[in-house]
Amino acid sequence: MREKDVRVLPIRNGTVIDHITAGQALNVLKILGITDKSNSVVSVAMNVPSSVIGTKDIVKVEDRELIEDEVNRISLISPKATINIIRGYEVVMKHRVELPARVDGVVKCVNPNCISNTSEPVVSKFLVSGKPVMLRCAYCDYVISENIAAHLI
Amino acid sequence: MPGLRHIISMKELSREDIERILEKARELERFARKERSNMLEGSVLATLFYEPSTRTRLSFETAMKRLGGEVIDMVSKEVSSAAKGESLADTIRVVDKYADVIVLRHPKEGSARMAAEFSSVPIINAGDGAGHHPTQTRLDLYTIMRVSCLEGLNIALAGDLKYGRTVHSLAYALSLFGANITLVSPKQLRIPEFIKSDLRARGIGIRETESLESVMNEVDVLYVTRIQRERFPDHEEYMKVAGVYRITGKLLDGVRDNLIIMHPLPRIDEIAPDVDRTKHAKYFEQAFYGVPVRMALLSMLLEAE
Repeated sequence: MREKDVRVLPIRNGTVIDHITAGQALNVLKILGITDKSNSVVSVAMNVPSSVIGTKDIVKVEDRELIEDEVNRISLISPKATINIIRGYEVVMKHRVELPARVDGVVKCVNPNCISNTSEPVVSKFLVSGKPVMLRCAYCDYVISENIAAHLI
Repeated sequence: MPGLRHIISMKELSREDIERILEKARELERFARKERSNMLEGSVLATLFYEPSTRTRLSFETAMKRLGGEVIDMVSKEVSSAAKGESLADTIRVVDKYADVIVLRHPKEGSARMAAEFSSVPIINAGDGAGHHPTQTRLDLYTIMRVSCLEGLNIALAGDLKYGRTVHSLAYALSLFGANITLVSPKQLRIPEFIKSDLRARGIGIRETESLESVMNEVDVLYVTRIQRERFPDHEEYMKVAGVYRITGKLLDGVRDNLIIMHPLPRIDEIAPDVDRTKHAKYFEQAFYGVPVRMALLSMLLEAE
């Protein structure tokens, strides 16, 4: 078996998120809501050599096919990520993440005086545009264009 | 107008939308003076002011009453349910059962947009923190239309351009009329970068300066704002810029004959009393125009046309 194959074992069923910007794998898990409380089998590989983007991270989530809305949020921090849906060790679907038009409850508004940062019964809501990725708070209009990962909820 | 459901910010409006509101205000102006109307009889306006206001609240009340409507008021946040910790979302869902339209001023940015999500009746944003103040903008535009000309205007916005919500909304609106905007402020109080880039994207001319004197003779409108002590994180920062601009009668030597000076009021010392007597001073007229403009908005929202 080659070194590469040992490092990243294939999965039978589930989702492989490939070409994640190096260093962002843990943030990807955060965006997907995968925490230490999750039951899924999850493999994470970081700083893996890549012929396409130099180095990359990879996340494999077994027995769970992530839906488009979930994975597209990843594009906020890793616009070149690709999603592979695996069934019976075969890739049955492969596509790039796409910027969603809006993200709810994913990023915290940087404006401390925004209504979404109070105890009101609302979640943060951002309108998304690219490139580069720019988030505009749907409540207060503040813009986040740098270091989006630092503002993940 | 079709789709006029809430008044939250100026950005959602086209030039045609604004012109329709201004025309409506012109039509109703006579009711703000001597004539009386019962156009809004049977309708109730609720005013929810979580921050102090004089002109905005009184002119809304005047507008509603002069058109035959009724006004209810939460008196002050200190003696209302807000003092007991009620959320704004809950207050809105209660008050929308009592009133046909709600005017809201709240210290948090985005509060009016959130209120609109929960309300079954129209919400009018009367100021959300340092965010928007769209009805002030409409009356500013109306004033310019009545005493000057909206098209291709040379205007200087001076004072607190960072926290001053009136100038943010006004700049957006003026961009629809091809204005050349000069932003006059101390470095600490410059207009936020994202607003500037929005304005530039709309293709209008913008320049920035710290010197008021250098632009006085080049503009048709000088819009002065108060440097708002309550928006500063600390007193020391406020003192660094307090009183930095002061318009005096002497400063008006050599200005354009048609120059008008506007101010959303209240003023502290930005405009000296000797300016009041000049033909350039339009700020008290501007305050009056709040009534016909708010009449127009109330009547359009309540579909009383």
